[in-house]
Amino acid sequence: MQQVIRICNKELKDYFISPIAYIVISIFLLVTGWFFFATFFYYNQADLRNFFDLLPITFSFFIPAVTMRLFSEELNVGSYEMLLTLPVTFNDILVGKFLAGVFFVAAALVPTLAYPICVAFMGQLDWGTVAGGYMGALLLGSAYTAVGLFASSLTRNQIIAFIVSMAICFTLTLIDKMLFFFPRPMLGVIGYIGADFHFKNIAKGIIDSRDILYFLSIIFIGLYGTHLAMEGKN
Amino acid sequence: MIHVENLTKYYNDFCAVDKINFDIKKGEILGLLGPNGAGKTTTLRMLTGYFMPTSGTIRVKDYMIDENLLEIKKLIGYLPESAPLYHNMLVYDYLDYVAELRGLDKDKKISRIRQLFELCGLDDIMHRSINELSKGLKQRVGLAHAMMYDPDILILDEPTSGLDPNQIAEIREIIREIGEEKTVILSTHILSEVEATCDRVVIINKGKIIADDLMENLKQSESQKHFIHLDFLNTEFQSVRDRLNEIEGVVNVERVNEEPNGPLGVRLTCKSALDLRETIYQTIKQTSWVLIEFHKETKTLETIFRELTKED
Repeated sequence: MQQVIRICNKELKDYFISPIAYIVISIFLLVTGWFFFATFFYYNQADLRNFFDLLPITFSFFIPAVTMRLFSEELNVGSYEMLLTLPVTFNDILVGKFLAGVFFVAAALVPTLAYPICVAFMGQLDWGTVAGGYMGALLLGSAYTAVGLFASSLTRNQIIAFIVSMAICFTLTLIDKMLFFFPRPMLGVIGYIGADFHFKNIAKGIIDSRDILYFLSIIFIGLYGTHLAMEGKN
Repeated sequence: MIHVENLTKYYNDFCAVDKINFDIKKGEILGLLGPNGAGKTTTLRMLTGYFMPTSGTIRVKDYMIDENLLEIKKLIGYLPESAPLYHNMLVYDYLDYVAELRGLDKDKKISRIRQLFELCGLDDIMHRSINELSKGLKQRVGLAHAMMYDPDILILDEPTSGLDPNQIAEIREIIREIGEEKTVILSTHILSEVEATCDRVVIINKGKIIADDLMENLKQSESQKHFIHLDFLNTEFQSVRDRLNEIEGVVNVERVNEEPNGPLGVRLTCKSALDLRETIYQTIKQTSWVLIEFHKETKTLETIFRELTKED
């Protein structure tokens, strides 16, 4: 467990010492802030629905950019060999890197707390749905981080890792809007695969164990896939 | 210390390491020698637990590699080929991170890092970013990485590749210093390196061990003959050959250089057990030949290596 914390610490330091963190977070805030407030005053409603509605799409861009380097860079430089021959297990590395990604996503979400605070000044804000929304955002972010980690373990090229994880995240986000392409008997299953559907439930303030289980399974599948991909390399 | 049995590694269908066996005793400096692609790096990667062997066993002290990998990792300090370090970290930060992963506590960590800075000569560069360092300096940081925990076993993969002669001498000096107390395994394809640093040599070719012996034994035993080299000025090869061939024990006399104006170089092949140098000297003294060079040729590792790894 200590090794996990040490690895996680190091990865977080890497993000925040270099300009990556600040650039990526600024762009994330710019995009979400713009889309949220551009239409906020038309609706004339004191809620954050607009912000949370767009979050799955913005996350599909933003999280792959954060996670693409986690394994690809190590594989490319070769430092993975030095790391793995230190007294750590692969799972320490995996969980450490995953947690670093999750903390980074959380760090990017913290400044967006300014939105509900602003909105609360303008009208009656239901803090319950906001809390649910943030919880959902964290779950969604963790799930996409696991997907990004998996893509990063597939290749030593960061750009390929970015594109692969973006493709997977986009598919998860948009698949329940593409249901008319699929045969009728499969609709239920495919609708269930969509991350957007589960996220919206939580963002409405409905905490259902099925939705939480869904995100936890995506995290597990992503991490397990990473495990298999890296094991295959040795 | 380390016991390797029937170690085999396949990459898909390609057999990189084929059933090798060897033992390494405590305090030995072992040189792993072989042409490019012989399986040196693969062997080392399996010893350090980076690759899992396809079959075969590795035992380090009392630990088996498939059961107590973490314990083995604690015993081994490893420097991979060309020292792949995190290039965006400062030297100090990097070693600090390694010390943490090695589980050193705070006081010990600082004193150990200070010690390593001195041993590896890193004092001037500790606040520089790793990507600014030259290859030699990186190699030294890598060495500090490998020695962080004061490991019992040090495994170095081509520790001097790509360095200039001064740096090579420095690194060798450090390796010899460490080798007085620790077990060191180093791989290389530079023969003089092995001659300069190692006690024992294992030569591998195409995934198989083709020689495994102490340095001295390897140099002596190889064949039943030895050579004596002579250089003469203004002397006819014909007469030299006739005269020297008469000495008992001389198997063959051959001319080694063909330049018309240079000195005449002659190589005598002698039977192994006899030292004929005195007889030869007495013979030459009776003639009017001008002798300018006279030495016994010991077999270098280079000739042994070439003989063993030669393509048929």
